[in-house]
Amino acid sequence: MQHKDKTPQAPEAWKPRLLAIFCNWCTYTAADLAGVSRMKYADNVRIVRVMCSGRVDPQFVLDAFARGADGVLIGGCHPGDCHYIEGNYKALRRSELLKRMLADMGIEPKRYRLEWISASEGDKVQRVINEMVTEIKALGPLDLPGRAKAWDEEVAELEGELKEKKGECANV
Amino acid sequence: MSHHKHGNNQGNGGSEPVRVGVYTCYCGSNIAAMVDVEAVAKFAEKLPGVVVSRAYKYMCSDPGQELIAQDIKEHKLNRIVVAACSPLLHEHTFRTATGRAGLNPYFLHMVSIREHASWVHDDKANSTEKAKEILQGAVARVALHKALEKAKVPVNPDVLVVGGGIAGIHAALTLANANKKVILVERDATIGGHMAKFDKTFPTLDCAACILTPKMSAVRAHPNITLKTWAEVTKVEGYVGNFKVQIKQKPRYINEDLCVGCMECIKACVFKEPKFSDEFNQGLGKRKPVYIPFPQAVPPVVLVDPATCLKLKTGKCKQTCVEACGERKAFDFEQKETFEEVQVGTVIVATGFKTFDAGRQALYGYGVYPEVYTALEIERLINASGPTGGHLVTKKGEAPKSVAIIHCVGSRDEHTNKWCSRVCCMYSLKLAHMIKAHTTAQVYNFYIDMRAAGKGYEEFYNRVLEEGVQFIRGRVAEVTDWAMTPDEEGRLVVRAEDTLAGFVRRIPADMVVLATGLEPHKDAQDVRRMFNMSCSGEGFFLERHPKLAPVNTPTDGIFLAGACQGPKDIPDTVAQAGAAAAEALALIDRGHVEIEPNTAYVVEEECSGCKTCLSMCPYTAITRDEVKKKAVINPAMCKGCGTCVAACPSGSIRQNLFEDEQVLVEIEEVLTRAA
Repeated sequence: MQHKDKTPQAPEAWKPRLLAIFCNWCTYTAADLAGVSRMKYADNVRIVRVMCSGRVDPQFVLDAFARGADGVLIGGCHPGDCHYIEGNYKALRRSELLKRMLADMGIEPKRYRLEWISASEGDKVQRVINEMVTEIKALGPLDLPGRAKAWDEEVAELEGELKEKKGECANV
Repeated sequence: MSHHKHGNNQGNGGSEPVRVGVYTCYCGSNIAAMVDVEAVAKFAEKLPGVVVSRAYKYMCSDPGQELIAQDIKEHKLNRIVVAACSPLLHEHTFRTATGRAGLNPYFLHMVSIREHASWVHDDKANSTEKAKEILQGAVARVALHKALEKAKVPVNPDVLVVGGGIAGIHAALTLANANKKVILVERDATIGGHMAKFDKTFPTLDCAACILTPKMSAVRAHPNITLKTWAEVTKVEGYVGNFKVQIKQKPRYINEDLCVGCMECIKACVFKEPKFSDEFNQGLGKRKPVYIPFPQAVPPVVLVDPATCLKLKTGKCKQTCVEACGERKAFDFEQKETFEEVQVGTVIVATGFKTFDAGRQALYGYGVYPEVYTALEIERLINASGPTGGHLVTKKGEAPKSVAIIHCVGSRDEHTNKWCSRVCCMYSLKLAHMIKAHTTAQVYNFYIDMRAAGKGYEEFYNRVLEEGVQFIRGRVAEVTDWAMTPDEEGRLVVRAEDTLAGFVRRIPADMVVLATGLEPHKDAQDVRRMFNMSCSGEGFFLERHPKLAPVNTPTDGIFLAGACQGPKDIPDTVAQAGAAAAEALALIDRGHVEIEPNTAYVVEEECSGCKTCLSMCPYTAITRDEVKKKAVINPAMCKGCGTCVAACPSGSIRQNLFEDEQVLVEIEEVLTRAA
């Protein structure tokens, strides 16, 4: 307390925020197993449960990035193991399309990951989350609203230039 | 987006304002040690709509549940959030408590601050922050919940038991005695499983056949049991209470109903002497192409092996067997595989195990030296009905003077199987005793640790010690035939470090017995997929919870019994089979099951009839009303995966309990830093 005045307030260190959407049957259960087995992993992850990875609407991922997630992880059952027969295959197809879209939006590929994690792979939950957090730390904050603002400014600038040019043309 | 607005005007029927009660659990010190529970509870007080926020030592206890019920009445709560352990563990508990207090159970949401926070992190401040944020997500989400009803579906009282070992037999008999119809499917030609091959059982030295064969015949004689041997389950459809199962009947080339088991055909076979490796005797004996697995087989019906039968292989045979069968006309060489469909309400999976392939432990010389045997082979050699009539002799026909039993073969080893196979210590002791009883041989047991943890097991160990069996503590390095002394000439030598005495021993032996461990079947993965189960890391079927639901699987209505769930001895297997039968009975006698209401539904006005959803549904629950040109979902067939919901381009398919708004608000809030 007495040092408060002497030490300047250090800027709050940036901690990446990772959103995980896990299917109820395999990956959420694996996350439970990681817990029961006391496997420690990075505490910047927030897990949301859905019944099947097939329920994951790409909108969920985009929304998460828009709301401040620096990374999004989807977890489903291994191919062939889906509790709903083939929901995970549909998740995979959607995921491949989503990846292209994310690239177009300037979101680095390492910020989005789809992983097959079975109910017995608590260690994989631990590994994947830790890996992703490390990778995202290296990338730095996503700050999608900030990026959007920069893009808007860029567009505005370009539009401004265009107007100026038009004006010049009109003068001639 | 509309989901930003939450917190009021979303009450019980949609008109009352939201009144949330938040309950944060200490779970003793399980949560409290790494999450500041009081701080979380205090934080929740300020969240929109929260009327009451409490922290309690054990929320799942009676007083914990009562706390919620009282608050619901006293504070007119219409939303409940419990921050405790995993919803997979206790959501049901709290839903029931909520329902008991008169509130629709689906106004409850549970978040796991134990498995997903306190147990996986080691920084209390961060862990507390995380707990607050996931709680914040739940409070926002639950505000958007709707009252839902569980659908009731009748349960077909018939049960399918897969596997006719002691587990399947016991489960089938228990159910049949309770007057339920049971279909028992066994892929071998006889029921009995591994137990039928044993000579005696530890620690009581009961004769295995004496306790098993009456149960086997009881299965066949029971009016409530339909026994299908030489058959396999090939397809499973449906859901709890209403499974549709396809069973493949493999051809025996014998009409099972006409054969009386006189075995005259076996005598009459054109092969005068048995010539082909006999599976039941682990290949130590021989059988003919027409054979019965063993004399007490159930059903007592012969079968023909198409790989060795001259008639089936070449078409050229005198068919003396058919002649011997005479008027009964039980032979049918035209038999083909047939498929049959049955309807059952519940399934008990009791498919058992396979033993470790001893050849994988190359240094122990199995398959190289003829006098190296697996324990199951010795079981057959000392069995009076075995290939040597119960005489334990070497391949040369001599009684051994020295026998070495090597424990943990394939077990407790990073390179093969990591797990302890649980029965090998005890069956090694039993075999040591039996070998002593049958021969004058000196018996050496090479062990790593002795594990004799069952009732009467330690006492049996002491008995065997007193009988003069030698015990050497140390993992065996190798079995060789390389002699260093005249005494070792022409014999096997077992080399191991005696870790108690502290030096390397060489023990000459006339016979070496490998106590092989237990493994999942090679096709366990296929069976798992068929029944929609999970496997634990080593490949055994996974129970829903090791303590709370040890015979249940993640799929309702499918239960586990015996060693398919993990290595087990006979008493444990029988106990578990009884438990699985009881679980099935509980379902059947209730008459119906309740189906979780997290199904998908179509908002007709918004549906454009584009048919995108149709191909998404693996259960064909979605059809298109060709008159209205709209999608229609059959709620009885929908399993609630939500794949169609994510695919619908117009957002006109919704999923109960996983509505877009609910998931989106949860995502948003768990990402919003806790104040």
